[in-house]
Amino acid sequence: MQLTLERTETEEVLQKVEEANKIALDVRNLNIYYGDNHAVKDVSMAIEKNKVTALIGPSGCGKSTFLRSINRMNDLIPSSRVDGTIQYDDVNLLDKQIDVVALRKEIGMVFQKPNPFPKSIYNNLTYALRYYGMKQKKVLDEVVEESLRKAALWDEVKDRLHESALSLSGGQQQRLCIARSLTMKPNILLLDEPASALDPIATSKIEDLILELKKDYTIIIVTHHMKQASRISDKTAFFLNGELIEYGKTKQIFTNPHEEQTENYISGRFG
Amino acid sequence: MNSRITNRIATGVFFACAALITLVLAGLLGYILYHGIAIINWDFLTSPSSSFRAGGGIGPQLFNSFYILLITMIITVPLGLGGGIYMAEYAKPGKLTSIIRTSIEVLASLPSIVLGMFGLLVFVNLTGWGYSILSGALTLTIFNLPIMVRECEDAIRAVPRDQREAGLALGTTHWHTIKKVLVPSAFPTILSGAILASGRVFGEAAALLFTAGLTTPRLDFGNWNPFSPDSPLNIFRPAETLAVHIWAVNSEGLIPDARAVADGASAVLIISVLLFNLIARALGRFIHKRLTASK
Ligand SMILES: Nc1ncnc2c1ncn2[C@@H]1O[C@H](COP(=O)(O)OP(=O)(O)O)[C@@H](O)[C@H]1O
Ligand SMILES: [Mg+2]
Repeated sequence: MQLTLERTETEEVLQKVEEANKIALDVRNLNIYYGDNHAVKDVSMAIEKNKVTALIGPSGCGKSTFLRSINRMNDLIPSSRVDGTIQYDDVNLLDKQIDVVALRKEIGMVFQKPNPFPKSIYNNLTYALRYYGMKQKKVLDEVVEESLRKAALWDEVKDRLHESALSLSGGQQQRLCIARSLTMKPNILLLDEPASALDPIATSKIEDLILELKKDYTIIIVTHHMKQASRISDKTAFFLNGELIEYGKTKQIFTNPHEEQTENYISGRFG
Repeated sequence: MNSRITNRIATGVFFACAALITLVLAGLLGYILYHGIAIINWDFLTSPSSSFRAGGGIGPQLFNSFYILLITMIITVPLGLGGGIYMAEYAKPGKLTSIIRTSIEVLASLPSIVLGMFGLLVFVNLTGWGYSILSGALTLTIFNLPIMVRECEDAIRAVPRDQREAGLALGTTHWHTIKKVLVPSAFPTILSGAILASGRVFGEAAALLFTAGLTTPRLDFGNWNPFSPDSPLNIFRPAETLAVHIWAVNSEGLIPDARAVADGASAVLIISVLLFNLIARALGRFIHKRLTASK
């Protein structure tokens, strides 16, 4: 009797430790304001490692704001204010003291509209590497190829690395931006509606790529595209008016949502 | 019905304004070129001016104009870029920034003759450099700097926000993003701005009358040692520029062919300024093409 109890206790502890190890980001009581506008309201959620977490919800519900608080891009907006914690290993990302430049190196971001630099494809990819002191051509070449392969773009551009990145199609530009983030070997990738400006074929390429990338990276993706969320994500979080309404396994959210608002949104019965 | 008539009248008025401007410009250019072009030849462009006899040229004045312009731009561009970067990227909205902004605006609107007097006081007399290329170039810098700062600030602000975000999101510093992303993206605009400003500087006379002077020493164009007094490169020598020369010849020239010299010099001046404008446009277009084209 005594023995079994101990075993279950140990198991419980072990399971907790294991769960903690699986957490990439632990968001607690996150509140974000723009002036008087309370854009994210007391959100708590744990984001798992090597999973794709989708953030869905109607436009203006605070998805981008939430995402941009993780790599502190909201710092650029003077009116914004944040409280709560985002635990990443043993640091709180919202701590005023941390080095945001180093943080952004570990947590990469890809934006809604492809934003390659008006430089060559090669120089887009080496931009940040050079900043971190990588100068040798051989090393740079290696990282460029590796990143482009990971972003499924290598075959399309390997013969034109020195052409302007702006000569690429929209979908290629977006994959270049993903490759550019990958050159920094981040742990987490934040994607803010990365396919919303692209045609269906380019979109499905990006989706395949995301499924491939989750082996090596933790991915958080904002999307207003319900099908996309259900196709590529493991977990889904539904936001409404700045609140996190429901968060769970994607399958559960889409087949058996616990909240009525979630169900309404998913079934398209929403204003 | 009523609004359609208003619309017609407005369109007509605007068209008339545009036509008037074009006509004035064409008339002016035509007049100057018509009178001046016949006088321009290689000899006129290269030989020194004469003080009493007819047949003098504008060689040293032409050189002086370009040389003062060069020195001015060497000082103005880095300062203007620095100021523009500060105003666009670092200045926080507040009292200090608005004081700076007002100062820039006031400085930009000062008449150039006033700047000339200031240059006379500070660069000519206070420093003891006398009438010199350096005094002239520094005065022109003051004349030019506010516009250059504004030009650079606007150019940097016009870089899309997503470029700035891309640089920062990659884990590079604000300064690195400015250096490697914002300034290169703004470069074509800054360059055309600088060339247009060059046109203004090139034609400026009032600011130079009392700073670079009305004379040019006898120059030895074989002597490129910048410290030698008869070297064209010496920045401590007085230097009459083309625009100043036109004024001087017209108002107090003793040469019998003053009219012809002034006409020829004016045509050269106008052609140069036009060239600055054309080059600025062509270069802007060329760089834009280079940045976006596939090869
Ligand atoms: N830069 C900003 N300044 C002020 N308010 C903003 C800014 N960005 C977003 N907001 C506001 O925050 C709220 C959430 O916006 P956002 O996070 O962009 O929503 P979503 O990405 O879900 O469409 C909206 O009310 C929006 O108006
Ligand atoms: Mg958004």
